[in-house]
Amino acid sequence: MTALPKFRAVVIGVSSGGVQALSALLGTLPADFALPILIVQHIGPDAGDGLARLLDSQSPLHVKEADEMEQPAPGHVYLAPPNYHLLVEPDGHLALSADLPVSYARPSVDVLFESAAEAFGPALIGIILTGANHDGSRGLAHIKARGGLAIVQDPADAEAPQMPLAAIAALAASSVDHVVALAALPALLVTLTHRGTCHGQ
Amino acid sequence: MMTDDEIHDVEIRLLLEGIHQVYGYDFRDYAEASIRRRLSHWLAESPYANFSEAQAHLLRERPLFEALLAGITVNVTEMFRDPLFFKAVREQVVPFLKTYPFVKIWHAGCATGEEAYSMAILLHEEGLAGRYRMYATDINESVLQHAAEGVLSIGDMQRFTRNYQKSGGKRSFADYYTARYDRAILAAELRKDIVFAPHNLAVDAEFGEMHVVLCRNVMIYFKAALKERCLRLFDDSLLPGGFLCLGMKENLERRMPSERYTEIAPGTRIYRKHYDRTA
Ligand SMILES: C[S@@+](CC[C@H](N)C(=O)[O-])C[C@H]1O[C@@H](n2cnc3c(N)ncnc32)[C@H](O)[C@@H]1O
Repeated sequence: MTALPKFRAVVIGVSSGGVQALSALLGTLPADFALPILIVQHIGPDAGDGLARLLDSQSPLHVKEADEMEQPAPGHVYLAPPNYHLLVEPDGHLALSADLPVSYARPSVDVLFESAAEAFGPALIGIILTGANHDGSRGLAHIKARGGLAIVQDPADAEAPQMPLAAIAALAASSVDHVVALAALPALLVTLTHRGTCHGQ
Repeated sequence: MMTDDEIHDVEIRLLLEGIHQVYGYDFRDYAEASIRRRLSHWLAESPYANFSEAQAHLLRERPLFEALLAGITVNVTEMFRDPLFFKAVREQVVPFLKTYPFVKIWHAGCATGEEAYSMAILLHEEGLAGRYRMYATDINESVLQHAAEGVLSIGDMQRFTRNYQKSGGKRSFADYYTARYDRAILAAELRKDIVFAPHNLAVDAEFGEMHVVLCRNVMIYFKAALKERCLRLFDDSLLPGGFLCLGMKENLERRMPSERYTEIAPGTRIYRKHYDRTA
């Protein structure tokens, strides 16, 4: 059977508590993880690219800040730069925008998720992790509406449960596909994408 | 049968085509995700159920189109946006500018003018008052009107003051404006050497003989072909030894005229044009 892989990208939205959560997640995914990962971590406008460099040093994956019109590649992780929204073009390229903050956030999780849902449709995995606001719940609902898969960190496991709770509430009718503890997420992602094995715990 | 989403996509494409034919504004060369986001926003706030319905009005009623235009061109800007960029201009570009008797600067996509006013403050502090002219242009005429007035909102002053200080500002930012109720009116001497004018980067010609061209956070909204056009325009506008300044997430790598330019220091996004013209 040579069916095309079902998924083409993973998008992650995360806010407070995110640095630890991302370093745990990206540190555990295998170097041959089959999909590009696009991340919005809420961050101050003058933060610089320290987070990307930190995560890159901790992960077998290649972590960097997204550049405008970059083509996302498997095994690569792209962070929204401070003070810019990260979007996905219909042809799958990454785009940046300096539009106004959305719900006080730039980068905004909703902006990434909504554009990624339009670009990838059912071939998208959306994940909401720890955070103390409700950014991303509209976006995750959009991903579900376009046929994608929704994963939310178990609020009991999240350093800040509001963002996971809001996402679960927003999806009430269509319901989240997986509610998982952070530690179980790498294995779930690998299973979903049918390639590579997890190393470490 | 297409899904609603797919029909929505078709409608957006038809609308952009219609706008181009009727009004001459070509948004087909803009990065799509942002445009679609803003169009969907506009539609949600409008009385129309979909773009097919809206199109009949948009193509016939100019004021309605102008409102849409204002909604889909993003004019977000601030004084001394990216303070470290302005610090680099002050420390690494101004010394070269001082060697000329008179300096010409083009701000392409100036929005409400804050970038040009920031530059004016910097040039005044560096002793270049009276020795420069700035051309600040934008596609959106209503922001240009706003820009020419030189009025900021008082609520932004705290943030702008912080930016100004981080950029290496030498005085008190309050020296440059007069507060009136909720407005901050910029000093007249900052305004007098800036010419605000409409200019569409997608169709209009170059501005000749510039020492500095700034085009920051404008081309991130353009597709590759339009970006190329802009870079050619800027290249044609710049004198040898001139400076091209881009936004903090834009660069010249792998782009058309890059072999004729060198970034003055990594990460500044300030590119100096070489003197030897080997084109
Ligand atoms: C985000 S603002 C950037 C303002 C300023 N340069 C800065 O970095 O703060 C982008 C500006 O580009 C303008 N713009 C968009 N398309 C344009 C075009 N084809 N020609 C000229 N200006 C354009 C918009 O109207 C808007 O004012």
